[in-house]
Amino acid sequence: MTNPATKPVDINQPAAHLRLVSDRAGDASGIKLLGVSKTYRTRDGDVPSLRPLDFHINDGEFFVVVGPSGCGKSTLLKLISGLLPPTTGEILVEGEKVTTPHGNVGIVFQNALLLPWRNILSNVMLPIDMKRLPRDKYLPRAKELLKLVGLEGFEKKLPWQLSGGMQQRASICRALVHDPRIMLMDEPFGALDALTRERMNVELMRIQRETRKTVLLITHSIPEAVFLADRVLVMTERPGAIAAIYDVPLPRPRSLDVMADPAFTELVQRIRKHFFSQGALD
Amino acid sequence: MAEPKPQNAVSKLLNAAWVRPFLFLVFIVVAWDLAIRIFKIPAYQIPSPLDVVAVLRTEWPELLRQSWPTTYATVCGFLLSALFGIPVAMLIAGSKTVESYVYPLLVFSQSVPKIAIAPLFVVWFGFGIIPKVISAFLLGFFPVVVSAVQGFKSVDPDMVDLARAMQGSRLQVFRAVNLPHALPAIFSGLKVSVTLAVVGAVVGEFVGSNSGIGYVMQRSIGTFDLPTMFAALVILALLGVILFWIVDRIEKLVIPWHVSQREDVIFAS
Repeated sequence: MTNPATKPVDINQPAAHLRLVSDRAGDASGIKLLGVSKTYRTRDGDVPSLRPLDFHINDGEFFVVVGPSGCGKSTLLKLISGLLPPTTGEILVEGEKVTTPHGNVGIVFQNALLLPWRNILSNVMLPIDMKRLPRDKYLPRAKELLKLVGLEGFEKKLPWQLSGGMQQRASICRALVHDPRIMLMDEPFGALDALTRERMNVELMRIQRETRKTVLLITHSIPEAVFLADRVLVMTERPGAIAAIYDVPLPRPRSLDVMADPAFTELVQRIRKHFFSQGALD
Repeated sequence: MAEPKPQNAVSKLLNAAWVRPFLFLVFIVVAWDLAIRIFKIPAYQIPSPLDVVAVLRTEWPELLRQSWPTTYATVCGFLLSALFGIPVAMLIAGSKTVESYVYPLLVFSQSVPKIAIAPLFVVWFGFGIIPKVISAFLLGFFPVVVSAVQGFKSVDPDMVDLARAMQGSRLQVFRAVNLPHALPAIFSGLKVSVTLAVVGAVVGEFVGSNSGIGYVMQRSIGTFDLPTMFAALVILALLGVILFWIVDRIEKLVIPWHVSQREDVIFAS
C-alpha cells in the first residue's frame, strides 16, 4: 500500500495527468471517478464547482480529501452518494454506474443530524426504515454497533441528552447499520472540541479496521488527514481539481504518537505548502 | 453555594402553574371594582364585577345553551383551517412555483378585512351555521399556513439528503423527517389559529345569526344590558382558554421531544 516512490507533484499539473502506482485503476471494486465534473446552473449563470476529476478509491481504503473552503468537497460527496448527477463523466461504485441514490453508502456530516424525536437506537435504525429492510434482523446489529462505539446503555436516550461526541458516534453507527461498502464523511469531527476530536480519530480508525469499510473523509485539518489516511487527495480552490495525491507511508495500527514521527510532520508540511502557494486555508 | 430554599406549603402553592394567572385575574377584578367605585363610573358604561357575576349565575343555563353554537362553529372552522392550512403550507414549502403563485395572493387576501366581507356569507349561505364556520375558518387559516410553511422550510437540507441517500422515497422522507420537524411550528400556528377562530365565529354571529354568544352580545348591546354583555365576554374568554388548553395538551402528547416540552421528559425518565 505504501509507496515511498511518490514524488511531490507539481500542483499546477492537470488532474488527468496524475497516475499513481498505488492506484489500482483496473480494479472494479471501490469508487472510480472518470472525468467527473459538476457545474451548478443558477440564475446568474453557470457556476463551476468541480473540474473534471479522475481518481480511484480502492476497496477498504481510508481516503481523505483536504482542500480550502468551497472547493466542491461536499459536492464530491453528493455525487458519489448519487444525490446529484455529475455534469460530465461517470462515477462507478463497486463497478456499478451511479445515477440515483444507490444506498451503498453511509453518510456522516459535520453535525450529527440525529432526529430529535427518535431515541438513539431508532435514530441508528433510520437507514433500515428508509430502505425498508427487516427491522428485527437489523436491530441486533444496531445494538452491536452502539456497543462498538461505547454507547451501550444509551439506546433509549434522546439525542439532546448526549454530548456532541456521543451524538457523532451515534451518527457513525447510523452510517454503518445497513452495512454499506462505503462511508462518506464530511468533516465529521469539525464541530467537536480538539480533545474529543483526537479521541474520535483514534476511534474511527479502529472502527474502520474492524469493519473494513471504504472510507472517503473530507477535512480541513491536514494533520487529521495524514493521521487517518492511506492516501490524501489535495484539492485546489474552486472550481475544485486535484492538486496532488499522496500516499501516507505510516504503518498501521497508528496511535497518536505517530504525530511526532518525522515522516508524519514532513508530509503535513508538504501538503501545507499547497495551500500557502494558493493562498490561505480558511 | 446558595442555601436551598425552604419548601413550605405557601411557596409550593405559588409555584403551581395555574395559581399565578389566577392571582393576576383576581388582581384585575379587584382593580376593576375599585376603579368603578373611585371614579364613580355609571353602570350603563361599565358594570361592576359583582353585577356580572350575578348575571352569570342567573343566566347560566341560557348562556351555556347559547355557547354551544359558538363552540361548534369555532371548532369546525378551526378544524377546517388545520385541514386546509397544513396541506397548502406543504405545497408552498415544497414547490417554488406554487409558492410564487399562491403565497403573495394569500398575504394579499389577509389585508382584506374579513369582518367587512362576513355579511356576504350571510347573503350566500343564509342565517345558519355555515357563515359562522366560514368566518372562523378564514380567520384561523392564515396563521396555520404561515407557521407551517416556516416549519417545513426550516428542515436541514443535509438531513433530507441523508434520508434520500438511503433510498427513502419522497413520502417516506417526508413522514420520517419533514413532517415531524415541522410539527412544533405547526402547533404554534394552531394555537394562534384556535383563538382567532373564536373571534371569527363571533363575527359571524354578529352579522347574521339568531343564536350563539355573539348573538347574545349583539342583543344585550341593543338593550344597554351591559352586565349580560360582559358575562358573554367572560364566556367567550373561557371558551378561548379552554380550546387553547386542549390544543396545548395535544401538542404535549404529539411532540413530547420538543425543547418547549423538555421539562416533562426529564420528569418522565
